[in-house]
Amino acid sequence: MSKILIVGEHDGRQLNPAVAKCVTCAAGIAGGEISVALFGADTAGVAAQAAAIAGVKSVLRVDRPENTHPLAAVLAPQVAALAADHSHIFGPSTSFGKDLMPRVAALLGAPQVSDLMAVEAPHRFRRPIYAGNAIITVEADPAHKVVATVRVASFESAPAGGSAAVESRTLQVALPAHTRYVGAKTAASERPDLQTAARVISGGRALGSADNFKMLFALADKMGAAVGASRAAVDAGYAANEMQVGQTGKIIAPDMYVAIGISGAIQHLTGIKDAKTIVAINKDPEAPIFEVADVGLVGDLFQVVPEIDRLIG
Amino acid sequence: MQKIMVCVKRVVDYNVRVRVKPDGSGVMLDGVKMSVNPFDEIALEEALRIKERTGNVEVVAASIGVPDTQQQLRTALAMGADRAVLVETTAPIEPLTAAQAFLALVRKENPDIVFLGKQAIDDDANQTGQMLAALWDRPQATYASKVEIAGGKAAVTREVDAGLETIEIDLPAVITVDLRLNEPRYVKLPDIMKAKKKPLDVIALDSLGVAAEQRLKVVKTDPPAQRQKGIMVKDVAELVDVLKKKGLIR
Ligand SMILES: Cc1cc2nc3c(=O)[nH]c(=O)nc-3n(C[C@H](O)[C@H](O)[C@H](O)COP(=O)(O)OP(=O)(O)OC[C@H]3O[C@@H](n4cnc5c(N)ncnc54)[C@H](O)[C@@H]3O)c2cc1C
Repeated sequence: MSKILIVGEHDGRQLNPAVAKCVTCAAGIAGGEISVALFGADTAGVAAQAAAIAGVKSVLRVDRPENTHPLAAVLAPQVAALAADHSHIFGPSTSFGKDLMPRVAALLGAPQVSDLMAVEAPHRFRRPIYAGNAIITVEADPAHKVVATVRVASFESAPAGGSAAVESRTLQVALPAHTRYVGAKTAASERPDLQTAARVISGGRALGSADNFKMLFALADKMGAAVGASRAAVDAGYAANEMQVGQTGKIIAPDMYVAIGISGAIQHLTGIKDAKTIVAINKDPEAPIFEVADVGLVGDLFQVVPEIDRLIG
Repeated sequence: MQKIMVCVKRVVDYNVRVRVKPDGSGVMLDGVKMSVNPFDEIALEEALRIKERTGNVEVVAASIGVPDTQQQLRTALAMGADRAVLVETTAPIEPLTAAQAFLALVRKENPDIVFLGKQAIDDDANQTGQMLAALWDRPQATYASKVEIAGGKAAVTREVDAGLETIEIDLPAVITVDLRLNEPRYVKLPDIMKAKKKPLDVIALDSLGVAAEQRLKVVKTDPPAQRQKGIMVKDVAELVDVLKKKGLIR
């Protein structure tokens, strides 16, 4: 029988919504038993949240002060220790999971399936390569454990309604002191989170300045949307780095994605392919973004955006 | 600081629109332009800047791949690497195998830092640096957007989902780089000429005691699902109307 361990991302207070998506992915392994592991200084609160996800059999808490901040070098040996009685070890394809999981895989001598987008069988999976220009089906050698990062945009959240057993685990693992957390700079925002928002408005190079981006923030606030950006807009300093959408930014799957003044480079499109409705506003009728858009409007954003703003009042 | 190793991968150029073979056996690679993975260029640039700042640092470019990977290593030498090592193999190389081979090089070279790109734009795996750090039992700082080195330590600012995070690591260590760390220099013609004279060692993968094990077998390659053709609207009023009907805005 498959036993799947999901490494649960959290910030100490809130379980990351990616966890419920990893559970849906893991539930695709027929007859599997799902556990969620949580590492932190005190994971009581987030453990309760994880236990409430339908489909989770057990929640394993590993509380120790060294786990206050998620450092891959510190967490990996602990995950590897917990992995001993599991066949599959999954983490989300977020910056947390992408950093940590390969380190776990190497400690286990196991291969990693990055950005797992579909489970076809317990050892058969689909994942994108070449910025999503091709999808490969891979078969993992059952002689090894399977480590994977789950492409969260490919899965719906598992519903609430679970009542998993919560256990505390003490692991006899020596932890390295060679890696230390210094600090973080995060933009505190009242807006919905880009990765989980139902609606996203993104701006590209055409915005021309950070000041002009304010126009998109105002529109987003009216629509209850998150704001994203193309790499060109981030590189030019119009938008913060955590707003980048695409191959090397965030991969998102909102109900509606509005691309404003974005050409639609393949590296950008790979981040939005799973959006239910893509709306494109661009002054160039030949812009590649229109090839993937569900609704397109050719026009100058500096006229179009204020007009939308007016019409939705 | 005496030595920096930079891992560079030969990949399909990022401007090439990659297509899947009709029989599903892979992607079309015949005659396609190959380049240094863009993230690895940023990794090399960072190493060169450290060299230029502190002097007396040897920058070694290393790669694993087919014999033609020498082209990409020559590019690395033209950018400014002092010498290069190619671990030659024609077998498909998984990230874990790459990490094992780089570990073998690290044991020979004893670098203070190994720089890699955060991911290669062909398999998009985002694994090799972290795996190397694990096998080496040394720190990793992934997705670096700023690297400051002082007194046997590095303070690395990382691009994470929530914004920026800074960690401090003891050297030697593995650092994988993100897009905004720097802008790689252009190679000039005289540099290309000079690069031809720089040392480029070729060694066989199995001479490092590493086997090209296949733990993940690719059984099929498909094109991505196509989106349905959309509609064009003539003005903002129609746009708002359509979105209201779809229930996407109020
Ligand atoms: C390794 C690598 C990784 C990358 N990763 C990413 C990634 O993760 N995300 C990403 O986005 N990119 C990524 N890129 C960059 C990508 O290739 C493109 O360069 C980038 O997406 C372009 O951004 P843009 O569409 O804003 O700019 P441009 O391509 O310059 O497009 C601007 C668009 O605005 C339109 N426009 C101009 N003025 C107006 C106006 N007044 N009104 C309306 N429209 C107007 C133009 O017609 C044009 O289509 C990556 C590139 C590489 C090499």
